[in-house]
Amino acid sequence: MRKPGSGKWNKYLTAGLIMTGIALLLGILGLFWTPYSTTAMSASEKFDAPSLRHIFGTDNFGRDIFSRVMKGLSTTIVIGSLVVAFSASAGILLGALTGYFGGLVDEIVMRVTDAVNGFPSILLALVLISLLGNGRQNVILALGIVFIPSYVRIVRSEFIRLRDADYIGRARLMGVCRIRILFVHILPNIFSVFWVSVMIGFNNAILAESGMSYLGIGVQPPDASLGKMLSDAQGYLQNAPWYALAPGLTIVWVVLGFSLFSEGIRRRV
Amino acid sequence: MNFFIKKFITLIMTLFLVSVGAFLAFQIIPGDVVTSILGTEATPEREEQLREELGLNDPPVVRYFSWAGGVLRGDLGRSYQYSKNMNEMMPVAELIGDKLPVTLWLAGLAMVLIVMVSIPLGVLWAKSGNRFLDAALGVVTQATMAVPSFFLGILVTFLFGVVLKWFAPGSYVSYRQDFGGFLGYLVFPALSIALPKIAMTARFLRNSMLTEMKADYVRTAYSKGCSRQRVMYGHVLRNAMMPVVTFLGMIIAEIVAGSIVVEQVFGLPGIGRLLISSINNRDFPVVEILILYITFVVIFVYFLVDILYRVIDPRISER
Repeated sequence: MRKPGSGKWNKYLTAGLIMTGIALLLGILGLFWTPYSTTAMSASEKFDAPSLRHIFGTDNFGRDIFSRVMKGLSTTIVIGSLVVAFSASAGILLGALTGYFGGLVDEIVMRVTDAVNGFPSILLALVLISLLGNGRQNVILALGIVFIPSYVRIVRSEFIRLRDADYIGRARLMGVCRIRILFVHILPNIFSVFWVSVMIGFNNAILAESGMSYLGIGVQPPDASLGKMLSDAQGYLQNAPWYALAPGLTIVWVVLGFSLFSEGIRRRV
Repeated sequence: MNFFIKKFITLIMTLFLVSVGAFLAFQIIPGDVVTSILGTEATPEREEQLREELGLNDPPVVRYFSWAGGVLRGDLGRSYQYSKNMNEMMPVAELIGDKLPVTLWLAGLAMVLIVMVSIPLGVLWAKSGNRFLDAALGVVTQATMAVPSFFLGILVTFLFGVVLKWFAPGSYVSYRQDFGGFLGYLVFPALSIALPKIAMTARFLRNSMLTEMKADYVRTAYSKGCSRQRVMYGHVLRNAMMPVVTFLGMIIAEIVAGSIVVEQVFGLPGIGRLLISSINNRDFPVVEILILYITFVVIFVYFLVDILYRVIDPRISER
């Protein structure tokens, strides 16, 4: 059943695409090039207000904030993508197997998933970090593990729904092997639903990552990160509010862009 | 009644599993506690003595049960990080007891704000046929939800602290000294936690009400002559509130997590800051207890929501 207006381009998609497009572009560019060095300090340019020379101003060491935001954005985007890739693939695998076969394993996996889902994700990530130690890889691993259950749930329910579909029954009759049914016949049909949760997952990963670096238990220097910048900037709110606003608004920009984009996709489906 | 017993058993089982998990997790990590307390220059005898004192020489099963038994009797263990005086380590119970009121008041205040603002807002939003208001609220709530809590905290500090000067950032007063001043300061962190949740709850309530307004009983109510007010508040709101109650329950769990971050932003000496500093200093007895405590709060809230849900909607218990 198609709702009216589905399949059409909508304003959520436009706004979301523009916002995420700019953010991704700056983030990817930031991997290779920034307008100024992110570490070069300059005593004469401390706390310069935003101007044409430094469009986001400079920080307490006279470093260009825009360049540092670009670097932080690339870290955030790289970590976010890796976290989503990790948790989504694990979620697909677990969700497919439990949804299609059911049984005791399904029961156990669902209990664990329920328990983890009810739990605040940042708290779980903190606990994992305290076990693994901090640093870039461990942040990815911790967040990756924390977000698996949210995917398992969606994939599983889609597999249960399609398991009994007619075309799957036919495929089984024709003697198609189980692996092929799972990943060639069912999997492509769940992507429309899955995409939306990947987008939301990306947002959650970005929020969790920046929250953790804000708390000082995420990415460690010299890796740039928006959360760390915010916590550094907080002390200078009085005389250099732009220092805090720049990384903060960047996070808001990315998150808002992705949620508008996923809303657009959801309305299209 | 059967249902409650079943739920209660699940609650106990989950707590048991989490306690085993939390305990085991901190046993397998590398790093020697004794060295981190005494430093690297302590004599082997002193190290051995401390190890014996902390019970680190016993097998893990014995240690789990002595720890868990202690927790049940109210002895939560001792912190590695803080000391009471020169030769005594700080009991975790005292440490937490001192900081718990801050977090509880913060969470409570945030919850009050959420309920008081989001429900009228949601109702108003659902009732208004005004397209402009509709669009404006849609944009504002969407944007609010995209702001991470720590940045919202900084924005609140900037707006109310630096620009409007309604409070002085960092001027926290202990609840023991001046309770009024304490609450006055707490309003701003509570606001930072509450704002995104207000946006979410208002959206959720509005959607729930719009769905209910299309139901058959609404037409029936109108046709038997009920006023619009009565239909809205007596019928629609009552039914629309049911999913919102579950939603609010989930939000309590998120407030607990949100307060960890916001306490850091506003420099509040609560549970969240204790957790962060304990993680950073590898003070595992404290981390274990805090995990257990937060799990308990979360599970218990879900348990209450389950019960409340049955009270509000009698149809469920018949199934």
